[in-house]
Amino acid sequence: MPRVVKSREEFEGEVYESLVLVEGKDLPVPRAGTEFVEIAHSRRRIDGPQRVTGRARYTQDIYLPGMLHVRVLRSPYPRARVRRIDTKKAEALPGVRGVLHRFNAPKASFRGEETIFREEVRFVGDEVAAIAADDEQTAVDALRLIEVDYELLPHVVDLEEAIGDMAPRLETDGNVAEAATHKRGDAKRGLREADFVVDATYRTSTQLHNSLETHGAVATWDGEQLTVYESTQHVFGVRQGLRTALKLPFSKIRVLCDYMGGGFGSKGGVGKYSIIASLFTMQLGRPARCVLTRDEENLAAGNRSATLQQLRVGGKGGRITALEHTSWANVGQGKWVANPTGPTNTLYDIANLSSKSYKVVTNAGSLSAFRAPGYVEGTFALESAIDELADKMGVDPLVLRRKHAASPKDPMVGKRYSDKHLIECYRIGAAEIGWQRRRRSGGIRGSAPHRRRGIGMATQIWGGGGGPPAYATVHVNSDGTVVLTTGTQDIGTGTRTVLAQICADELGVELDDVQVRLGDTDNPYGPISAGSLTVASVGPAVRIAARDAREQLLGAAAGVLETPMAELRLEGGVVVTKGARTPLSEILTKVDNNTVIGKGARHPNDPDLSLRTFGAHFAEVEVDVRTGEITVEHVVAVHDIGRIVNPTTARSQVEGGVLQALGFALSEERFVDRATGRVMNGNLENYKVPTVKDVPAKITVKFVDRPDRRANNLGIKGLGEPPIIPTAAAIANAVANATGARVRHAPLTRARVLEALAIAEARS
Amino acid sequence: MAARGPNISNVPLTSARRVVLRGPGATELALTVNGEAVTVQVPPRRTLLDTLREALALTGTKKVCDEGTCGACTVLVDGRAIYSCMTLAVTCEGKRVETIEGLAKDGELHPVQRAFIDADAFQCGFCTPGQIMSIVALLRETPAPTEDDVRRAVAGNLCRCGAYPNIVSAGVNAGKRKR
Repeated sequence: MPRVVKSREEFEGEVYESLVLVEGKDLPVPRAGTEFVEIAHSRRRIDGPQRVTGRARYTQDIYLPGMLHVRVLRSPYPRARVRRIDTKKAEALPGVRGVLHRFNAPKASFRGEETIFREEVRFVGDEVAAIAADDEQTAVDALRLIEVDYELLPHVVDLEEAIGDMAPRLETDGNVAEAATHKRGDAKRGLREADFVVDATYRTSTQLHNSLETHGAVATWDGEQLTVYESTQHVFGVRQGLRTALKLPFSKIRVLCDYMGGGFGSKGGVGKYSIIASLFTMQLGRPARCVLTRDEENLAAGNRSATLQQLRVGGKGGRITALEHTSWANVGQGKWVANPTGPTNTLYDIANLSSKSYKVVTNAGSLSAFRAPGYVEGTFALESAIDELADKMGVDPLVLRRKHAASPKDPMVGKRYSDKHLIECYRIGAAEIGWQRRRRSGGIRGSAPHRRRGIGMATQIWGGGGGPPAYATVHVNSDGTVVLTTGTQDIGTGTRTVLAQICADELGVELDDVQVRLGDTDNPYGPISAGSLTVASVGPAVRIAARDAREQLLGAAAGVLETPMAELRLEGGVVVTKGARTPLSEILTKVDNNTVIGKGARHPNDPDLSLRTFGAHFAEVEVDVRTGEITVEHVVAVHDIGRIVNPTTARSQVEGGVLQALGFALSEERFVDRATGRVMNGNLENYKVPTVKDVPAKITVKFVDRPDRRANNLGIKGLGEPPIIPTAAAIANAVANATGARVRHAPLTRARVLEALAIAEARS
Repeated sequence: MAARGPNISNVPLTSARRVVLRGPGATELALTVNGEAVTVQVPPRRTLLDTLREALALTGTKKVCDEGTCGACTVLVDGRAIYSCMTLAVTCEGKRVETIEGLAKDGELHPVQRAFIDADAFQCGFCTPGQIMSIVALLRETPAPTEDDVRRAVAGNLCRCGAYPNIVSAGVNAGKRKR
């Protein structure tokens, strides 16, 4: 009988209590050291051949017959009132089929607003109008013919300017709003009683996602059904957004995302482009494609907020006595804020703590989740400050951290962790980097007199426990081949492969015989591919579905072979009895053209536990003190994420996280001109994402690799976000160790390093 | 961040000897794509990238920046790796164009494609066709490349997932394989 039970899920730093519909009992967790056939083995990606041949069809590769091309006119001003729009000339251009803007577009709710074309545009890149044409070039040409009468309004784009008194007020309550607070003990008193106090301000710049596949959708309406192909991390989220905007029932909307060219958090739901494409196809009866250009992507598709963070940390007797953390984040026109104080609240067992997180609105493009939103920014500040305190106290920063990192309890909510091996991460990482070589100050000798070498480290805490709802079905065809179906997505993390491994293992078939279908709202519900939750949410459901199918297959085999079920095993697609081996296909063809269908649902999390992932990164760097250039020589990444399903894809995920973090740490920074509100580097030429030549000489990836027995029926947790979290702080700490100069602003550009070196020199 | 490699060229491929004025409307263009002679109608301002993707339905070549800064649109023209987004289709009259779709022969993957799968040299896979074409061009000139050779060859190919270490391994390993 299905029943409703309580669960507790964490998503990107926030905890949600929920009710979950479940049936039957969950499966027991295989013990540590269990020998699997597929799980825990490195496997090539099952979609590799599609991806390396160009056959993999991404959203941008969908070209439907009669498809219209949509381009969007975006505001050139950071804040203005759209008083009049004249589209006569644009509409007269041959090949133009439709125009939408605020005076003619139907109402469509989007993120709490009633329209997708605002009367008051609020950032450079805000949608003003859209054109649908027979081909893209015609749409581009037509945009130039639209005449708009703007009334310019005062604007502010900079975080610190927006906080100040002189800035225009963008909201009636002001530009700054409190978003989160946490308090335990008495931080003020803890700081007063401390022997050493670090009081420092840290800054992080705006980072742009720059997924290589830009945001976009292709929509087609057949008079009854709306089908939308979208580059998304959440097909069900897009469907929800379309339902809200277009007032269609779920049954009339289908959203598909087969192959996906990167999201990193910014493709979590419906976009204005998907609604615009849908409105056009419903109006004009032809498929419509709206895909952003690189420039638009960097104006209007989200970013990681710039932050300003103040930390006060007190120490006494070799311990941290108190911590105060206040953060302000530039959310642009965003309605929420990622919380940089998340790691502060949960990472260390510190008795006296107080934190506050503020959201600051500006006339710049809105934030969207970016791989460990808030935690990347917050960890940079927190872990830099902890090192600064250790320096002041004259203690080893790793020793100081260890004293506060061993607690089995979540210090914020008071619940026990399901599992935690952070101290083990420290031990492995310290051994791999050669921590004993680290000198307290002055660094170690570099490769030339002007090059100083240093070692630093930082810790990460993140969620990644996943949870319900997540469903899967396993169809076994009469030839013994298998189709695994679930509604989640593979955004490049290897979800398809890992789920196929879990399915093949539990079912007892060859990996090659499993096809995985995902990214479709006609499939059983699957969660958003975000928050490092996909595998830990969907994997356990797949296992139950495969077990269900296996039981049915063995039942069929028992009947056909006239052997008791208890004497049968299914291995590699073959039914094994004491005396004989019978291929599954042979059994199934005897029971007519039958499809065996197994079903599985994710069971709830234990509401009394806190599910977290832990890890530590160690970095060895050289700093050229003449130019300020940082060379990262070695990064050691150690993570505690439960059982590893595929060591190869796990390793790739960590390397990728480290490299994306390297961009955040050293080179990636959006520049917005204060006077005009324009993004000055919204392209891949001037916005510096790492290239192959920026890869550190060595990246060492290690896992604790022990199943988290209380997490779910596989003992697995997520890995998407953990490896981007601690790298920047580890590098900043290594730079300080090498040179004595503390850079408190990420990215640590040459200019900032030189400035910090000059300050350090003036002090000494 | 780092300087881009020399393997990619944005120099227009028109030859000074044969200047043909075209347009302004669509004009006929004959070229060889993956070994097949094709004729397409293209406006003079259309790039080779758009022509491949839209007129010839070869969508394996990706559009990422559309301004010659990311390498995702890399194809080979007369054996040289070029950015197809920076190349007007009409400049390819009579030329030999090779794209990701033309690498596998008789259902068998090209050694570079196999090496990419074996080394797990991609995550989302959107940059992969461009990375592979850059390395294919490299291997024709340098059959057994070093890591540095591969790095130089793909220095103009961005990968946002950060698969670079495995891309370098794949390039070196592909050189060690025989077709």
